[in-house]
Amino acid sequence: MKTPGKMLPKIFGFIFRKPVTVLYPKERLSPPPGLRGKMKFHLDRCISCSLCAHDCPSGACTMHTIDGKLRPVFDLDFCTFCEQCAETCPKDAIEMTTEYELAHYKRGEAIVK
Amino acid sequence: MDLLLSLIYLLIFPGFLFILAFGLFAEYMDRKIYARIQRRVGPPLLQPLADVIKLSAKEDVTPEKADKFMFTTMPIITLAAVMASFLYIPIVASSALHNFEGDLIVVLYLLLIPTLALFLGGWYSGSVFGVKGGIRVATLLFSYEVPFSLALLAPALVAGTWNMAGIVTFQNGHLPALTITILGFIIAIISLQGKLERLPFDIPEAETEIVAGPLVEYSGRRLAFLRIARDAEMVVGAGLIVALFLGGPSPLFSITPVYLSWIVGAVIFLLKTLLIIFLLILMKSAVARIRVDQMVVVAYKWLIPLALLQMLIAILARSGGWLS
Amino acid sequence: MPLTNKVKIPIGPQHPALKEPENFTITLDGETVVDVDIRIGYVHRGIEKLMETRNYIQNLYLVERICGICSYTHTVNYVQNVEEILNLKIPPRAEYIRTLFLELERLHSHLLWVGVAGHEIGFDTLFMYTWQDREVVQDLLEMISGNRVNYAMNTIGGVRRDVSDEQRKKIMEAMDYLEKRAQYYKEVAVNEKTILVRSEGVGILKPQVALKLAAVGPTARASGINVDIRRDDPYASYAKTPFDVITTDTCDVFGRVVVRVLELFEIVKIIRHLMNNLPSGDIKIKAPRKVPEGEAISHTEAPRGEDLHYLHSNGTDKPDRYKVRTPTMANMPSVAEMLKGAYLADVPIIIAGIDPCMGCMDRVLVLKDEKDDSGQILDMENLRRYGIKWYEEKGWK
Repeated sequence: MKTPGKMLPKIFGFIFRKPVTVLYPKERLSPPPGLRGKMKFHLDRCISCSLCAHDCPSGACTMHTIDGKLRPVFDLDFCTFCEQCAETCPKDAIEMTTEYELAHYKRGEAIVK
Repeated sequence: MDLLLSLIYLLIFPGFLFILAFGLFAEYMDRKIYARIQRRVGPPLLQPLADVIKLSAKEDVTPEKADKFMFTTMPIITLAAVMASFLYIPIVASSALHNFEGDLIVVLYLLLIPTLALFLGGWYSGSVFGVKGGIRVATLLFSYEVPFSLALLAPALVAGTWNMAGIVTFQNGHLPALTITILGFIIAIISLQGKLERLPFDIPEAETEIVAGPLVEYSGRRLAFLRIARDAEMVVGAGLIVALFLGGPSPLFSITPVYLSWIVGAVIFLLKTLLIIFLLILMKSAVARIRVDQMVVVAYKWLIPLALLQMLIAILARSGGWLS
Repeated sequence: MPLTNKVKIPIGPQHPALKEPENFTITLDGETVVDVDIRIGYVHRGIEKLMETRNYIQNLYLVERICGICSYTHTVNYVQNVEEILNLKIPPRAEYIRTLFLELERLHSHLLWVGVAGHEIGFDTLFMYTWQDREVVQDLLEMISGNRVNYAMNTIGGVRRDVSDEQRKKIMEAMDYLEKRAQYYKEVAVNEKTILVRSEGVGILKPQVALKLAAVGPTARASGINVDIRRDDPYASYAKTPFDVITTDTCDVFGRVVVRVLELFEIVKIIRHLMNNLPSGDIKIKAPRKVPEGEAISHTEAPRGEDLHYLHSNGTDKPDRYKVRTPTMANMPSVAEMLKGAYLADVPIIIAGIDPCMGCMDRVLVLKDEKDDSGQILDMENLRRYGIKWYEEKGWK
């Protein structure tokens, strides 16, 4: 006859061990190198082709004329961090970093120019 | 002087304040060990007190369809009954402040009232989930109350008296008598888990099925009362089992002066009660919840026959003259 | 309150038993369920219509977000549809990487389900343990693709990121660890008495009824129906990978538990075979932006069953019509059938037994008046007016 409590032997071992919770923000896990975080934009490589704004799925990347040059402006409130803009750009002007702590208080605060 | 001593006994130690503090500490131990078993961190020490304070500050809503009088008085009756039953449990010495022949039966009766009050509270709460939860509480009452009472009567049979102080004194005098009631000890712990409505007998309060059962419409201060009553009931039940099966709060040797022996007795009582609560927590974390009809089957197929067997052993031991 | 009459209880949109909102109104007679009335439509987001306004590359990321747990199968279906119309043949390394991700997703979905099923029957310790092991899989996925959910790995013509040798080693180590844990869960699930009493004989679905109601996935495989799209109609690189299809014939929730736990071992086997035989080469080929006119259907085996997508294109760079039928939608009539005659206490575990993913499944539900079969569809402006009028009638400002 099977008695309940099959997990009891394993349970005993866990009572005095350290828990697996990571106490953020006192301890942080290090992100892997491929993590898709905030993007970095190199203005000197941009040729104003607008392909990145054409391919952005959420409308985060929009083209504006600033200082006489047509360039993309990225609004992080809409961004899905999919990296499609970096992939579409023919001149590699956009690259993704691993910065992921991007919380802010108001809309329109997080813009990458 | 006697009046002052009684007032201190009722309100401070081991009355209202002590049982409140010990109940909250027991809840902390429960949640912390449960969390560590699951490899989580668990709440800090003052978390149950913070929960009670927060609940008392919240809005107290009575549903439209509920019967206002019954809805309000049921939590108060629950808390009052549990606190009253703690008065007769020996904590510092072999006897409580007042003891009389048959106080074991009085404690068992007082411990029955919270369950009935919970049933009525759920019934009159005006919500379908409350009614369903109340019916399940009543079904559970039929299942575990009988083995609990039978298992607790076995040490009384062995000692030959209904007086709890007499039972504790008898057990301290005849230590080998503790081995006769081992089966009753196991049955009493399992039935206590059912009485407190914890996993695996969590049925009236099954969170994923009927959304907290009879407690579903309670909020604010009344919910705080019900939670304190639940913690206090755990302490009372554990204390009862310690007094009847594990020899109560007495050390194995006598200590004079009297005050020092009281302090040692209180510490020993705390340690033994925490051991029982630890066993309850282990039972809680290793199993799933069983259905209400399966609970009735378990009670009537396994627990009650074993409890009757225990009573038979106790009667044979008493009359066979193995004890002096 | 009379007890012998039937009572209607809403296992409503908000209920601790459901992870996602749908309404099951059950009619109870004592503790037995007599009838059930399912109402859906609480999380409909209109993704199929949104897809007609975006071009094919933007749609890659929209299709992913149909679901959180089975997101990669939706992407694979979409990409296979477009590649079929464009007549592209993707390189073999891309096929293998796609299969790797499909299997990793199935692994974490099954571990998630074991935990959720444990939580429904009150077994929180099992829930915490399986989700802790699931973190190992999530770390692997984050290491390769950069994100824990919605991996964005597919593109039309292949995959976007490659698997390096160091990542391959880490995957093999994780597979050893997970195989040991799967062994432990198999012992616990089959031998733990309280799980057995809660799941044996509960939620019976006989094979003929399952075939009639078109049940898919582990729900059907637990009733003995031997159907698995990975073997019957191979896609990605399943044709070159040996594996077994697991069926049992107990027809109840316990069978579904056993099927999913045993599938964990098959997944480990497949991933080891893939990692040992990964071909070298490119990971994607260039695809044109405009898709010629045509239509395509693609179906895959999601962790929950068969997932079917249909695409109709019209020569521009935006799709003309896209239709999605997810496995939970196919399993819903079976749920209605299984709930009849069950106890109230078994309702959560029966609903959780098909692994419901309501976000995938949802549709618009039109409620008609019983007497004259008329209905009303309100748009946003009329809905606002209706709401204001309702509050004014109640006397609130």
